[in-house]
Amino acid sequence: MTECKPVVTENPWRRLSAWTDARIGLGRAGISLPTREMLAFQLAHAQARDAVHLPLDTDQLMADLKELTGSRKTLLRHDPVHLQSQACDRITYLQRPDLGRRLSSQSSEELDRRGHSGASPVDLALVIADGLSSYGVQQNAIAFLEALLTDIEADDQSWELAPLVVVSQGRVAIGDDVGHRLNARCVVVLIGERPGLSSPDSLGLYLTWQPGPGLTDASRNCISNIRPAGLSWGEASKRLMYLLREARRQKVSGVPLKDRSEETVIEQGIGNFLLR
Amino acid sequence: MYRYSLGDRRWQFATLAELMARATPARSGDRLAGVIAHTAEERVVAQMALADLPLKTFLNEALIPYEQDEVTRLIFDDHDPVAFEPVSHLTVGDFRNWLLSDHATPEMLASIRAGITPEMVAAVSKIMRNQDLILVAAKCQVQTAFRSTIGLPGRMSTRLQPNHPTDDMTGIAASILDGLLYGSGDAVIGINPATDSVSQSVRLLQMMDEVIRQYEIPTQSCVLTHVTNTLEAIEQKAPVDLVFQSIGGTEATNRSFGFDLATLAEARDAALSLNRGTVGNNVMYFETGQGSALSADAHHGVDQQTCEARAYAVARKFQPLLVNTVVGFIGPEYLFDGKEITRAGLEDHFCGKLLGLPMGCDICYTNHAEADQNDMDNLLTLLGVAGCNFIMGIPGSDDIMLNYQTTSFHDALYLRRVLDKRPAPEFEQWLTRMQIFRDTEGKVPAEALPDAFRESLARLPEGQGND
Repeated sequence: MTECKPVVTENPWRRLSAWTDARIGLGRAGISLPTREMLAFQLAHAQARDAVHLPLDTDQLMADLKELTGSRKTLLRHDPVHLQSQACDRITYLQRPDLGRRLSSQSSEELDRRGHSGASPVDLALVIADGLSSYGVQQNAIAFLEALLTDIEADDQSWELAPLVVVSQGRVAIGDDVGHRLNARCVVVLIGERPGLSSPDSLGLYLTWQPGPGLTDASRNCISNIRPAGLSWGEASKRLMYLLREARRQKVSGVPLKDRSEETVIEQGIGNFLLR
Repeated sequence: MYRYSLGDRRWQFATLAELMARATPARSGDRLAGVIAHTAEERVVAQMALADLPLKTFLNEALIPYEQDEVTRLIFDDHDPVAFEPVSHLTVGDFRNWLLSDHATPEMLASIRAGITPEMVAAVSKIMRNQDLILVAAKCQVQTAFRSTIGLPGRMSTRLQPNHPTDDMTGIAASILDGLLYGSGDAVIGINPATDSVSQSVRLLQMMDEVIRQYEIPTQSCVLTHVTNTLEAIEQKAPVDLVFQSIGGTEATNRSFGFDLATLAEARDAALSLNRGTVGNNVMYFETGQGSALSADAHHGVDQQTCEARAYAVARKFQPLLVNTVVGFIGPEYLFDGKEITRAGLEDHFCGKLLGLPMGCDICYTNHAEADQNDMDNLLTLLGVAGCNFIMGIPGSDDIMLNYQTTSFHDALYLRRVLDKRPAPEFEQWLTRMQIFRDTEGKVPAEALPDAFRESLARLPEGQGND
């Protein structure tokens, strides 16, 4: 009997994957991906697709927010509100980013009826939007808010908060409209980020001082990659608190407001091992 | 006003730009811009009206006014009437027939390049089917060179893209090694930096330069940072092979990217002065993609595919080594699904090649687009048949920095096998010399670790594997 060579050729450099998340040293069947690696990729893509297309469980989220509001009565004095953008479904949302930036007329009226615009301004509005990853919101929003509200309560200055708002089919800029109608000095949008293959569950934060019509991304500050395997809820809250205090002090956000709280990146590995 | 009668129905198109937009195969970006045909019938009527239009029309009527836009001025001022002569009497519809005919030999197609404009090329592409775009592109040969020769018949090159979310040197080196051992990197080793600063670019340039020199790799490096950063890096005596810039088809788009044509000219001169090429002197690397003008709110009511073709006028002014249309990166609001991405990839490759550019394609998609690996396999195969100069190569298709999927090292080897394509000749010889490949045509990787890289791996501490 002749001895068979293995069908899959493993790569002796696979152990390099200890130093990077890149899919290196995958081996090959002929010159193609081995079955195991092909299916691992398909699984990651399936999770990312589900993150985009599975609707946010707003009933659960609203119930959780109501509970959160009840447990923080000194900070949150109104019930949470659920709103809708002008994008009526996911397909429209994906093709018409402009519609995801505007509130539906019903939601605008509902917010206006609450009469915030006539009252004296509040310091901060927190808006949760599904964005491009319902996983990102579902897995991180409540835990992050717990951390943030604790930090806000512990802050030297007092913060008056608008009711918590959830927007379905929302883009980042919808916070401008919501914050404006809530008469808030500052708005922070918690939004599901465009899912990567290895990060389908990422939450992003966007801070805007003096939200209103006509603003662009240049007037926002962003904190990205909030998830258990990325930036932790506590660390994200600390960074946001820094930005909130600075925005309030300088009365500005976006390009002029630099995030100096960010640590410098430390080289993790052992350098360029390819060199003699 | 452009009119067309079909039976007893009369159709009108207010401007040339409107006619072009209505004639464009459907895609979400044109819908977002509000320039798309209202009905499927209107689209075909517009295509019929466009087919009747003399090519000369585009020399008399600018889609974006000459006075307002330096890209329009570039297109008109550089037009060569002598090169145009062989096709000057044709309508758009006749031009399609001519391109497909045996009159249009590779030599003939090369000779008319300076006589045709991006708008003529965009117009004819709108009345061509996918197989037409493939057939004509396959007849266009565009070769460029720096340390390797790219675009020779029967060859297909790759950009090795070792991106890392924190620019970690070990991580980047690991992806470079993986790519080289899979025969990738003959077009360029090109990094999108996570931190976009001059100092970071210099650090990455030095790193790649050292690797290329130590292993004597016949390729070039590039950090895909802003052109002004690369200019500064050259001033700091950094080892710059290629100057990178994302470019668009209108002056306003390019201004929103922070440069104009004068900036590109200055950067090209600076790179040429370094004289680092060995087999050629093409020193520019451009990236483009349909939708960038609309995204920058700088499209002047022109459809996204025509804007894209106009970007190629910018590119060809500076004799690039590589032009890469990053077709599926921009997202579903511009190209919604695999079908739209495929069509756009074939259009861009055809238009670029016909205008004389060394076209490659980042065959890619994001996770919010209606596309998957099968769509990429299809476009990869189609572009391979069309003679695409180069594609991307990334470990396992997964860009962990930019969070999108592009073609893998494995994908390139697949294409080389099914279409009998080979890497750039200089690189192919290196692969054999280094014992990376067992054959001499860059198709069969060796099973053992090549000697030169065994030492490198031995430098890594043992027992830290996470799998």
